[in-house]
Amino acid sequence: MRLLWKRLAQLVVVLLATTFLSYLMLSLLPGDTADVLCGLGCTPEQKAEVRREYGLDKPIPLRYGIWLGNAVRGDLGTSATSQVRVAESLRQRLPVTLELVLYAEIIAFAIGIPSGLLAAQRSGGIFDRLSTTFAFAALSAPPFVLAPILVLLFAVTIKIFPATGYEALDPLTKLQEGGIGNMLGNIFANLRSLFLPALILALAEAAVYLRLLRTDLISTLQEDYIQMAKAKGLSPRRVLLRHAFRPSTFSLITVAGLNVGRLIGGTLIVESIFALNGLGSYVVTSILKRDYIPVLGGLVVIVTGFVLVNFAVDMLYAVLDPRIRHARAIA
Amino acid sequence: MPEQSPENGAGEPPFSFPSDAATSTTATITRIEVPDVPEEDKVKKTLGPVFWIAAGWVGLILLLAILAPVLPIPSPTLQVKDCGQPFCNRLPPGPGHIFGTDQNARDIFSRIIWGGRVSMSVGVASIAIGLLVGSTIGIIAGYFRGTVDLVLMAISDILLAFPPLLLALAIVSFRDSRTAANVVMAIAIVSIPPIARLVRANTLTFTQREFVLASRTLGASHLRVIVKEVLPNVMLPIFSFAIIGVAIAIIAEGGLAFLGLSVQPPTPTWGDMISFGAKILEDHPHVALIPCAVMFITILSLNLAGDRVREYLDVKDSVL
Repeated sequence: MRLLWKRLAQLVVVLLATTFLSYLMLSLLPGDTADVLCGLGCTPEQKAEVRREYGLDKPIPLRYGIWLGNAVRGDLGTSATSQVRVAESLRQRLPVTLELVLYAEIIAFAIGIPSGLLAAQRSGGIFDRLSTTFAFAALSAPPFVLAPILVLLFAVTIKIFPATGYEALDPLTKLQEGGIGNMLGNIFANLRSLFLPALILALAEAAVYLRLLRTDLISTLQEDYIQMAKAKGLSPRRVLLRHAFRPSTFSLITVAGLNVGRLIGGTLIVESIFALNGLGSYVVTSILKRDYIPVLGGLVVIVTGFVLVNFAVDMLYAVLDPRIRHARAIA
Repeated sequence: MPEQSPENGAGEPPFSFPSDAATSTTATITRIEVPDVPEEDKVKKTLGPVFWIAAGWVGLILLLAILAPVLPIPSPTLQVKDCGQPFCNRLPPGPGHIFGTDQNARDIFSRIIWGGRVSMSVGVASIAIGLLVGSTIGIIAGYFRGTVDLVLMAISDILLAFPPLLLALAIVSFRDSRTAANVVMAIAIVSIPPIARLVRANTLTFTQREFVLASRTLGASHLRVIVKEVLPNVMLPIFSFAIIGVAIAIIAEGGLAFLGLSVQPPTPTWGDMISFGAKILEDHPHVALIPCAVMFITILSLNLAGDRVREYLDVKDSVL
């Protein structure tokens, strides 16, 4: 429990620090926010008026305090170019990015874990060497390099996945409209439309997971208790899955959490390629339009999400590894 | 926070790796027996043909990038007019223009070379700056420990809480003009925290070693100990990391360029070429696929070279 409180306190400090840094960065931008808000042909008097109205004449820490107060109540300001509330835009776009990241993680685990197990089972074998080579190649192919190739392959040559666009996931409405069949159709169409973007994000992650799991498994398999299990006459498969797998997943889980950051970076690119209206494309288009209130909102939401994921991973780590939970008791 | 990953602490992973223990025991045993057959050890440790092929490719790209202004290639920004047709755009790869031309009738081969100039210079420069600043911070934090360490690592933790590409994006948007220098600065800043953490972890293990204590006992100043004793030991593993770091920086620059946030067009960059070519992927795939292939081979080569150097220098696989 003490561990939990300590981590919670850390979490609050990190969240305050990251949001303040985001706020500071965007406040120090050379392009004056008042210029954007005021529009073309703005007189100095009008600009001063805008500055007062939006509180831009106050010192930064005070402005941050006011902004934070509004933010925790769900008010992230209004976009200067579209006049749409930032919180509303984010609420619409968050599910797309969230699903994309989750989908990519699932595909990455689905590829990475079985291959890692197979590779470690016979390290040095054909599958091991092939999969490690593929993993190395996958790590050298960033999303924007992988995307044109996969789109050409799966969306242009054999047309099984769409090249752009997104079928919104809305099973409950579809269920009311046309029953189970309609709902399943909607889910299938949604998963199909997001498959290519998710796969592009997943391949590099799968490669990382494979390599980590393989290395950790190979060292775990040399432990004495594995010898013991083998000596008892358990099948190699059972030894691998029941005895070696769990203690070999710690670094995998940590890195999975840390790499959410890279996945989010990938969504910025993938969303722009596949014309998906997610958080990433929102931030990028807002930056290009020099509309910084949405950028700040998007940045803060993404960073908060990333920090929370890593907090969850930290906690999960303690649950999985009794040595961490009981470290204090022993010491 | 999440950054308390295996590299944290005194450089020792939090869980035991029996294989490490096993190898170190054998190493001690062999070291005792080795004096009779020193040749065998030398034969085993070569960089191997893979390294030289990879290094050859990177060298070629570097050479072409440096020589770009004097090479007899068409301009990367002007339209090609010598194809015997009224419009020379979207030419397929052929004898006149070996990689063909893009929508604006610009020679792709020439753009690849000029784009390599941007990728390579941004990659090398940003990692060089990142290494310089990151190593300094890491060594200071790891050597002096205490409050300095606490403050520096807290700052790096906060920076690490940002997804890297997003942070680079936010920093790039700081400036009105999108020059190579601004892109370098953004990527360098993003690369500092992980480098500082890595160097700190390495420094921590070395400052506890006997030779550092011996040097201090002999009256050496902190600066002398850092430069003469710690730095050479810490920087050796960092060298292989730097090669992979250049690959990561090139990916970052490519990502920014792809989003239209790297060096201002019409200056060619690989990322921008891919994004531009992707618009006509269906009918003229070569426009996007050629920069894709070049970029992939370059990143792969850097990764392979870095990996081989790391194995050659026998650095533990603690950073991924």
